[in-house]
Amino acid sequence: MNAHHTDVEEHDATNAYQSLSETTDHDDPRWAFGTGIVEEAGAEITSSVPDGVDPGDLAAYCLMLGDDALIYSHRLSEWVSHAPELEEEVALANTALDLLGQARVLLARAGHVEGRDRDEDALAYLRPDAEFRNVGLAELSDDLDFARCIARLLVFSSWRLAVLHRLQGSADPVLAAVAGKGVKEITYHRDYAARWTLRLGDGTAESHRRMQAAIDAVWPYIGELFRTSDEERRLVEAGVAIDPADTREEVDAVLDQVLEKATLTRPERPFIGTIGGRSGRQGVHTEHLGHALAEMQSLARRHPGATW
Amino acid sequence: MVSAGLRSSKGAVRVEPPSSEVSRAQGVVAGVVDPEMPMLTLDDLGVVRSVDVDGDAVTVTITPTYSGCPAIEEMRQDLRVALTSAGYARVEVRTVFSPAWSTDWISDDGRRKLAEAGIAPPGRAAAETVGPIPLTLTPPSSAVRCPNCGAPATEELSRFGPTACTALRRCPSCREPFEHMKEI
Repeated sequence: MNAHHTDVEEHDATNAYQSLSETTDHDDPRWAFGTGIVEEAGAEITSSVPDGVDPGDLAAYCLMLGDDALIYSHRLSEWVSHAPELEEEVALANTALDLLGQARVLLARAGHVEGRDRDEDALAYLRPDAEFRNVGLAELSDDLDFARCIARLLVFSSWRLAVLHRLQGSADPVLAAVAGKGVKEITYHRDYAARWTLRLGDGTAESHRRMQAAIDAVWPYIGELFRTSDEERRLVEAGVAIDPADTREEVDAVLDQVLEKATLTRPERPFIGTIGGRSGRQGVHTEHLGHALAEMQSLARRHPGATW
Repeated sequence: MVSAGLRSSKGAVRVEPPSSEVSRAQGVVAGVVDPEMPMLTLDDLGVVRSVDVDGDAVTVTITPTYSGCPAIEEMRQDLRVALTSAGYARVEVRTVFSPAWSTDWISDDGRRKLAEAGIAPPGRAAAETVGPIPLTLTPPSSAVRCPNCGAPATEELSRFGPTACTALRRCPSCREPFEHMKEI
């Protein structure tokens, strides 16, 4: 795996891999799966846990918001080379990149706070599925159905925007900072999804049928978004977290506004339930997550610590 | 330690006049260019938050443009190389996320250089609203001047361009496509 540049290699300007490896000549080999430096360089990551806050709760909460972003980012990136048009591919990849950036900071913060010597990469690549804290909506596969991709992005971004918008005043400086940047980014994501929902819903009979089917398919996963976990309940008291139940009215209003303009019908379908009161936030996942992790983690697990 | 704040969350701010050792380090930092838009220096882009000097040690604090901006690692590396070459023995480049970067922090010089390179500079970022952030369902604004022919109205092809910070547009007058640095 170690592709470090050596003196015996002749310079070849057309060899992209060689020029990549040349950038690491400053005694700075990089782990192949990330740069692993956010904690070391990020001024906010190492700030102390706010007074009266249980570090375990804070780490869990950072993982919840971080895993939502990480897993959904991975699912969005599956569209690269499969989107209907190049512009949409670029848009979805950009959206995935924004979420990955949010995930890195949140996972690095979780790793720092929990104090178990796990950095962002260890948390992303070496945890089993039952330790992931993301909601079910983030882990679903779109099965390369573009309408499903848009429906899920509309719901996810409407919800996450409402969450981060409230989180900007968090007593935890990292959560507040991620929220401040994330709000700007997700406003663009939500507008993108809303415009496509209008275009497909109020388009041809076929695009309308498929957009409605996509909304129907993601609808059962909405209920989980507004469920408050025990950790969140305690952190709300400390001014660190927001209560996701409080975002319901705003998210509903946004979805109603878009669905109506798009001539789509708000589904009347039951939400997916919990298993013994547990769901994604407690590590209980759909079968989709294991497949996503198998792909996302396989290289890092097979070549631990590989550098390039 | 001697330090000089370059910018606050609300744009340029004058702190006490920098000492000569800080201004020398600042000069080195100011000469480092953005890896994705090399017509801009990091100072033009408004990502340099502070430069602190303590003997032969320098600490530079920068802020990423977008959360997932892949160029941040290159910026850190380029700053380290430039400052090490300028004779500083210990160089630390720190990243802060708050307050969040805004295109309003791009200098006037930076805006001019963007336009000269064929990239339409950003307009003013939207003011913060009270209450929920409103949806924008109307067609994208046409009020972006073509950097090639100067036509005042152009059309958006895609909100997301080749880098995280640009959108793709087209000019109906000269028919040229171009990038627009979108407001954030």
